[in-house]
Amino acid sequence: MYVAVKGGERAIDAAHDWLSEERRGDRRLPALSLDQIIEQLSLTVARVMAEGSLYDQELAALAIKQSRGDLIEAIFLMRAYRTTLPRFGYSNPIDTGKMSCIRRISATFKDAPGGQILGPTFDYTHRLLDFKLAAEGDDKISDDEYDTLKVHHEVHEQSKDIPHITEFLNKDGLIQTEVESDTTPDDLTREPLELPASRALRLQALTRGDEGFVLGLAYSTQRGYARNHAFVGELRIGYCDVEMDIPELGFSIDIGEIQITECETVNQFKGSKKEPPQFTRGYGLVFGQSERKAISMALVDRAMRWKELGEDFVGAPAQDEEFVLYHCDNIQATGFLEHIKLPHYVDFQSELELIRKIRKEALAHQEAAKSEDNQPLEAAE
Amino acid sequence: MSEYNFAYLDEQTKRMIRRAILKGLAIPGYQVPFASREMPMPYGWGTGGVQVSAACLMPEDVLKVIDQGADDTTNAVSIRKFFEKTANVETTAATSEATLIQTRHRIPEEDLTEDQILVYQVPIPEPLRFLEPRETETRKMHALEEYGLMYVKLYEDISQHGQIATSYSYPLKIEGRYVMDPSPIPKFDNPKMEMSAIQLFGAGREQRIYAVPPYTKAVSLDFEDYPFEAMKAEGCCALCGADHTYLDEVIIDDDGGRMFVCSDTDYCESRRAAGHVGAQGTPQNQEAAAS
Amino acid sequence: MTSTSSLEGGFTDAPVEAAQSFRKIMNVMARPGIIEELCVAVPPAPLSTAAGSLLLTLCDAQTPIYLAGKFDNAAIKQWITFHCNSPFSDAENSMFALGAWEDLQPLHDFPIGTPEYPDRSATLIVEMENLVSSGAELSGPGIKDTHQLSLPDVTAFQKNAMLFPLGLDFYFTSGEKIAALPRTTKVTSNWEKV
Repeated sequence: MYVAVKGGERAIDAAHDWLSEERRGDRRLPALSLDQIIEQLSLTVARVMAEGSLYDQELAALAIKQSRGDLIEAIFLMRAYRTTLPRFGYSNPIDTGKMSCIRRISATFKDAPGGQILGPTFDYTHRLLDFKLAAEGDDKISDDEYDTLKVHHEVHEQSKDIPHITEFLNKDGLIQTEVESDTTPDDLTREPLELPASRALRLQALTRGDEGFVLGLAYSTQRGYARNHAFVGELRIGYCDVEMDIPELGFSIDIGEIQITECETVNQFKGSKKEPPQFTRGYGLVFGQSERKAISMALVDRAMRWKELGEDFVGAPAQDEEFVLYHCDNIQATGFLEHIKLPHYVDFQSELELIRKIRKEALAHQEAAKSEDNQPLEAAE
Repeated sequence: MSEYNFAYLDEQTKRMIRRAILKGLAIPGYQVPFASREMPMPYGWGTGGVQVSAACLMPEDVLKVIDQGADDTTNAVSIRKFFEKTANVETTAATSEATLIQTRHRIPEEDLTEDQILVYQVPIPEPLRFLEPRETETRKMHALEEYGLMYVKLYEDISQHGQIATSYSYPLKIEGRYVMDPSPIPKFDNPKMEMSAIQLFGAGREQRIYAVPPYTKAVSLDFEDYPFEAMKAEGCCALCGADHTYLDEVIIDDDGGRMFVCSDTDYCESRRAAGHVGAQGTPQNQEAAAS
Repeated sequence: MTSTSSLEGGFTDAPVEAAQSFRKIMNVMARPGIIEELCVAVPPAPLSTAAGSLLLTLCDAQTPIYLAGKFDNAAIKQWITFHCNSPFSDAENSMFALGAWEDLQPLHDFPIGTPEYPDRSATLIVEMENLVSSGAELSGPGIKDTHQLSLPDVTAFQKNAMLFPLGLDFYFTSGEKIAALPRTTKVTSNWEKV
């Protein structure tokens, strides 16, 4: 006798209990603290903040811990939390020219005012597994020792107010001028996406877009799918103050400091019907230290500017804003992709019935054709 | 429950959704863009339906959630629990007791009344999407009432298969104007869409809400010589004997043995409670005595 | 009863009262011609309880409101600003408009939506002396056979329905009563039938 499957609720609870056990792993080992994640997995924290669109290291660390290191799951936790937060207002635009840089490089000039600052980069490391790290014991230090070791803070102080490289080109009129605007940009998280989208909206979508997806698109432009000849005019990573106007006070106050990565590309451009030959720009700005993402974003941004610069649409994916904007969000993508795990037996049943019916009719048709073939010629006439 | 607002969403978000619902009702079948929020469940798992339900629910509501016609499927359980926790509403499996029903892929067998609201979870709200992937193009087609592409597709089906090869998400024309996707319900359910209850459709990821007011003309697309045909598996429910309901096929042994049962579990149970017994069912009082 | 201060007369339990009000508003919009009672708000005169409740339920900083005639007064504006925080606008840029029928004319000043976005149209709240289930005959989506409603005009609504899928949507309010007429409803006067 068939009894309809019951007990979905108990099954879900049991699965969740199992999940929480697996998340913790072997309990003879100490649990990860949020501080450890923030300090030692800081680039992971940065990615979760960037694609989660929420700058909060502690929440990002919690999300990473809760998601067992599944970063898209962690980003999802951040996004879902973010939407429940009341919106008190908007900050003033940050001034990346006033950034305290920990890294600042230009590929277009050998040297420039402010200098090349390599900072904490993987560049030029030999990618050899460092087995010392595996064997390493606790290299913890005391608070006093920590206080004497505040070297990197001094570096901050030295590296403020570094001019943007592209401004030097701008003075000579060699690079396209970005028109300054005080218009409040649209907000992707408050208004449904409408096309064509403004550049501000495109950049919003890209900065919270999936790193892998944006990287892949940027790479495709380098390989010839709407190639835009990008040089890294400048890449800078550092800290910026966030200010907010308080109407009651009549002035703005500092509400905090965020780490960001900014990339400006300088792109070759031979000119078009609309624009004279000059360099053009792509722009990337991402929370935290995420230079792969910032550079990718700048390349894709530049590719999507074809219309404004009077270039041809060559049908490349990175030029196609509808394609890019509708598919770059990994939370939308993973949700829809994974939803095919949900039961679909009702639709499947209707497909089954349809296939059976079509097959039956097709087979009957074939049979009829066959018996017709077998008939003597006279009868057919 | 004090951490979150009543029915989870903040009031500003609910107002935005409510305004979209009202415009949807004023323009039946037209997809109203709305600024869908990230919900604590994944896109594609009913976030649109959940947002519409959250904007509609009142504390005195009785909520029913079904997936594939069943109250006990895992995602239905999960969504029901979400509203039990965040809106503190009473829930039920009985269609007739519910004031608001959120559904995925089915319309209940029992006729709905004027006092009920049916909220559909919609994955792809655009009926033309698989014919034209660009939103900028499909929006123009709706504006111009240019549905030729859809008819061409249906006609090609007929010339190739002798019939229209769409068995679910079967498009309808609403009040003679907008072609609408009814969500992936089997086409068996299409004729029920002219009903007494308010029907609301929420697509979270795609940021669209649309609606069909009660007693609105909802005509499944077809051709004069190939009229629309609601389709279901041949046979009766093995448990309650119904021959007029949508049936699920269940594989019961390793040899591919199968039986058909009602997809609407509540409808099936209430029939059995009323004494209907199918070929492989047992009268309900006996089952109760046995357990 | 009318409130004396702009700070009074709003929702006392916003999430619940707004939900209950919305359900009535949705019901009248989904079933043109039926009358519901909305009585949560206590707005300043001459704004009706029903219209005040509707504003509290649907309006906020995202919805420019046009106030017509005697409803364009300081007390009402203060009350709306405090409770809804809505900006005020002219007819052309409004999402909601409120006034007596005569003061809302001419209707062609209001946005009726665009072919691609017919939802971007104004919703008019018409304050009425009386609102009863008799008068013009209504049919169309939401109506099983026919409904009757004491509309302030007939031809204006017929013209509006001709614009479908563009057009305006209307609420009619009187005291605690509210009814609605979306652009889809076909309106005939009783003498037309005879």
